[in-house]
Amino acid sequence: MRVLTPTTLDEARRAYAESPDAVPMGGGTDLLVHWPSHVERHAGTYLDLSGVAELRAMRWTDDALELGAMTTYWDVQRDDRVWDELPLLTHAARQVGAVQIQTRGTWAGNIANGSPAADGVPVLMVYDATVTLGSASGTRDVKLDSFYTGYKQTVMKAGELIERISVPRRHDPAAERPTTFERFEKVGTRAAQSIAKVGVAVVRQDSGWRVVASSVAPFVMRCPTVEALLDSGSPLGSPDDLLTAIRGDVKPIDDLRSTAAYRERVLARVLFSLVKEERAQR
Amino acid sequence: MPSSPETISIALTVNGEALTLEADPSDRLLDVLRYRLGLTGTKEGCGEGECGACTVLLDGVPVNSCLVPAWQARGRSVETVEAVAPASLRPMLESGATQCGACTPGVVVCADWIRKHPELLERHPMRELMAGNLCRCTGYDGIIDGLRIAIEEDDECAS
Repeated sequence: MRVLTPTTLDEARRAYAESPDAVPMGGGTDLLVHWPSHVERHAGTYLDLSGVAELRAMRWTDDALELGAMTTYWDVQRDDRVWDELPLLTHAARQVGAVQIQTRGTWAGNIANGSPAADGVPVLMVYDATVTLGSASGTRDVKLDSFYTGYKQTVMKAGELIERISVPRRHDPAAERPTTFERFEKVGTRAAQSIAKVGVAVVRQDSGWRVVASSVAPFVMRCPTVEALLDSGSPLGSPDDLLTAIRGDVKPIDDLRSTAAYRERVLARVLFSLVKEERAQR
Repeated sequence: MPSSPETISIALTVNGEALTLEADPSDRLLDVLRYRLGLTGTKEGCGEGECGACTVLLDGVPVNSCLVPAWQARGRSVETVEAVAPASLRPMLESGATQCGACTPGVVVCADWIRKHPELLERHPMRELMAGNLCRCTGYDGIIDGLRIAIEEDDECAS
C-alpha cells in the first residue's frame, strides 16, 4: 500500500496526474468499512486529501456557500448561517450516520462515491450546486444535476478531483427573503445509522419546483416530469395522481433494503404530502 | 512529498503525549491505539462505523477510530477513554448507564465530549448526539439520564 500525502492543491493535482490509479481519500468513511477483511484494498495507492489546507476551507461569498472538498457534515452544522440560509444542508447533514460519521464524512466524498442512496447529494442538487473539478491541466465547473451518467458513473475524467462545491445563495441577505418552500425527507429503518430506502428533496420558489429523488434510480437525480406536473398546478387528489410522472423519471429496484414497489409508493406518498403542505401555505 | 510502500511515519498526540511511530499504512487508528500503544480501552465492535464502541476524539471531535487510517491522524490530537477522569463517571454509574460494558468506552467518550460542550445542546438533542453509540443492554435511558445529571451538576458547580 502506498499513500500520497500532498499538502497543497498543486501537489495533489500533480500527484494524481502521476498516479491516476490512486484512490482519493477524504474522511475514509466509505473506504474503511470492514477494512481488515478487504485485503485487496490494502495493495492500492491512496491520495490523502486531508492534509491539503486549500481543500479544508468552507467560505461564504456574496453569491455562494463554497464547500472545499474536505468540508464535513459536521463543519456545516457548526456554522449558524447554514441553518438559517440553506437549512436543507444542516437537515441532511444531521441524518448522515451519526456524529462520529458526520465529523469525518465529506460532501465531496458523498458526491464522488456516487451511491444512489447518498444523503448529502439530494440537498446539494436541489439547491442547484456546482461541482468544481480540478486536475493538473486546469479546472472546470459541472452542475451537480448533470454530474452522474449511470450507476457509480460520473463525468469525471482521469486525474480529476472534486475540489469545491458551490451552493448558490438564494437571496440577497439585505433583501426580504423570497417565498421558499423546502424540505428533505429521508425514509429509512430508523433515524440514525440507516441508509435511505427513499430520499426526496424539494424546493419551490417563484421560479417553480425542483424535485430530487434518491434510492429510486441508478443515481441521485432530478425529476423533471414531476417538476412539470407540479408547476402546472394540476389538482392532485391522492398520491396515485403522481405515479405516472414518477414513472417517467425514476426506476427503483428491489434490493436488500427495500422493493421497487415500496419505493415507488413511498416516493408518491411523501411527495403528495409535501405538495399538500406547500399548497396549504399559499 | 513523502510516500513509502513499507511504513509510514506518524507524529501525533495521544492523551496529551506527543509521539512518533512507524506504522503499517494499512493500520487503522484503532489498531495503532490498541496494538501499538496498548490503549485497549478503545474497543472494536462492528468495524463499519455503526456501533461507536471505538469512538475517540480526533482534534476534539468524536470519530469512529475503525474508519480512520492511522496516517490521517498525523499532526493531530487523539483522546481515548483512558483520558476520561474516572471520578467523572459517577453520574453514569449511578444511573445504570452500563451493563455488559461492550459499548461503554465509546459511550463514555461521546458523553464526556457532550458534557464538555453543553452548547451543542442548543441545536442538537442529547439523544441525537448519542445516536452513534449503540447499546443493546440499557435501553439508553440510563445513559441519557446519567449524562443529563452530569450536565446539571456541572451547571450547579458553575453557577
